[in-house]
Amino acid sequence: MANVTLRNVRKTYAGGFEAIKGIDFEVGDGQFCVLVGPSGCGKSTLLRMVAGLETISGGEIDIGGRIVNGIEPADRDIAMVFQNYALYPHMSVYNNMAYGLRNRRMPQPEIDTRVQEAARILELGAMLERKPRQLSGGQRQRVAMGRAIVRQPKVFLFDEPLSNLDAKLRIAMRVEIRKLQRRLQTTSIYVTHDQLEAMTLADILVVMNGGRVEQIGNPLEIYQKPMTTFVASFIGAPPMNLMPLHDAGGFQAPGGDGILGIRPEDLLLTSEKPTGGLTLNLTVEAIERVGAETYVYGIRSQERDVPTVSTRPGELAPGEVIVRLPGAVAPSIGERIHAAAPREKLHLFSADGRNRINL
Amino acid sequence: MVEHRPWNDVIAYSILTFGIFIVAFPVYLALVASTHDAATVISGNMPLLPGGHILENYYRAIFVGGSRTSREPVGHLLLNSFISATGIAVGKIFISILSAYAVVYFRFPFRKTAFWIIFVTLMLPVEVRIYPTYKVVSDLHMLDTYAGLILPLIASATGTLLFRQFFMTVPDELLEASRIDGAGPFRFFWDTLLPLSVTTIAALFVIQFIYGWNQYLWPLLITTQDSMQTIVTGIKKMLTTTDELAEWQLAMATAVLAMLPPVAVVVFMQRLFVRGLVETEK
Repeated sequence: MANVTLRNVRKTYAGGFEAIKGIDFEVGDGQFCVLVGPSGCGKSTLLRMVAGLETISGGEIDIGGRIVNGIEPADRDIAMVFQNYALYPHMSVYNNMAYGLRNRRMPQPEIDTRVQEAARILELGAMLERKPRQLSGGQRQRVAMGRAIVRQPKVFLFDEPLSNLDAKLRIAMRVEIRKLQRRLQTTSIYVTHDQLEAMTLADILVVMNGGRVEQIGNPLEIYQKPMTTFVASFIGAPPMNLMPLHDAGGFQAPGGDGILGIRPEDLLLTSEKPTGGLTLNLTVEAIERVGAETYVYGIRSQERDVPTVSTRPGELAPGEVIVRLPGAVAPSIGERIHAAAPREKLHLFSADGRNRINL
Repeated sequence: MVEHRPWNDVIAYSILTFGIFIVAFPVYLALVASTHDAATVISGNMPLLPGGHILENYYRAIFVGGSRTSREPVGHLLLNSFISATGIAVGKIFISILSAYAVVYFRFPFRKTAFWIIFVTLMLPVEVRIYPTYKVVSDLHMLDTYAGLILPLIASATGTLLFRQFFMTVPDELLEASRIDGAGPFRFFWDTLLPLSVTTIAALFVIQFIYGWNQYLWPLLITTQDSMQTIVTGIKKMLTTTDELAEWQLAMATAVLAMLPPVAVVVFMQRLFVRGLVETEK
């Protein structure tokens, strides 16, 4: 059981590339911390620095009250689950789990107890003698978890452990990992690029971008109060609608120009203008029905000729607005609609997108 | 779309049979020649069916040796060849797996240079460096010894390259998982890398055993005593006669015997050997 504290942690590669540009945060004892961000944001590097697989160029990493900067991975009292599981292909499931314990010269009876216990928790009992290649993806994933559990480490580190699984299994394993972590009460750090995984797993969510932390906090709090436009568009699917304030349908706000954001589910199809709120005139361009809800892609009427493809993946094309409607009823394509949102559901950011302005 | 036409089969099978015939006929002829007596073989009309002197010829080849030319029984030559071929194969595997491990997994100054120096030796086979090699071996008093037969043929880049290519396909995460599991460089090598390399080792063993077995020039140069000859040089000596008739039936029996160990190695290690050369999934 341990806290993990990062103090001004930096990583500069030999070529001079700065992958991590000074990161501070603390994960409390038994908490589940998720690092999320687009690929190349440094989240995996940061995790590997905690594990000891990458050297630390600056700052301190503290695990359970001990600075681990110069300590070998094996002596940091951590266990890691890799994206490709990294099981030893020539060893049986049992030996995969027991290997680390044997290297620690743990007596055989105790190794056996621990491995059997882990196998019971993970329902691997019938597969202990099999080789990894005889297992399915989900089972391999569980063996990788088992290898981490038997160590009874202070900290679990997960490096995108679910990204090699198919969609259904991923959801099932996501729940399993969370239940397991609650039960074992082990401090965990989990890296993912999937914002849904991040939202559902995290006690503390750390949103990273370009080697920096964009925002740290409780997932719901981050969802409801994103501090930058990056967080606003990264967390939440479909992403938050962002538009320059000057063409947000005549909406007035304090302070000069800025960026206005609104979540797709906060837009309502109504012709009534809420007092102090926002009204958009949209022409419906596309409709996506996913069953429980419907996404309406509309283009703002005053911007007919703007391109409809975004230059940055995951973000909306300029002038495009998504409205998320419950159920399967939706307007038809080409129809002109009015979407409105009350003032308290709006998010306002400074013009550079780096700061949130309270409305 | 594969169409089934009987004529296609006939043509294909005849071509294949012809190919097998071309390859197998000389071997068959050697086998037949080794079962006749000297007079029949030497008469110039080589029979195509085996004769009745098989036991006598092989007994003489293995235990007695040629009556006049090579004074060493083949049994001993086979043993010499076996020791040096095994020594070369095992030594090469040992040296190459260690050097490949160093080059792939360790960061040390001039690592790239070291690798390229090893690589360059590919262009310097024994034949090219035969004089300096002979001088070194002779200065070390290793003429007419097994060490002299084995050591100069051990150092080569092929094995190092093969292992390097294999090690580079082993995922980095395996090394990282080992580090977290508390395995140092030696344990990682012994517990993880070596078991994974078994098929590559087998492939290299087969190739190098045959390479060592077939050595001719080097053993010819450094062995002066008949007791240190290898079988390949022995066969040649059986046929070099001055005023006698060469004992072809014994030479052929020896040739057949010389073929057996490499064939056995290939047959027994074939499954591993093929996997080692084609395996991609790790």
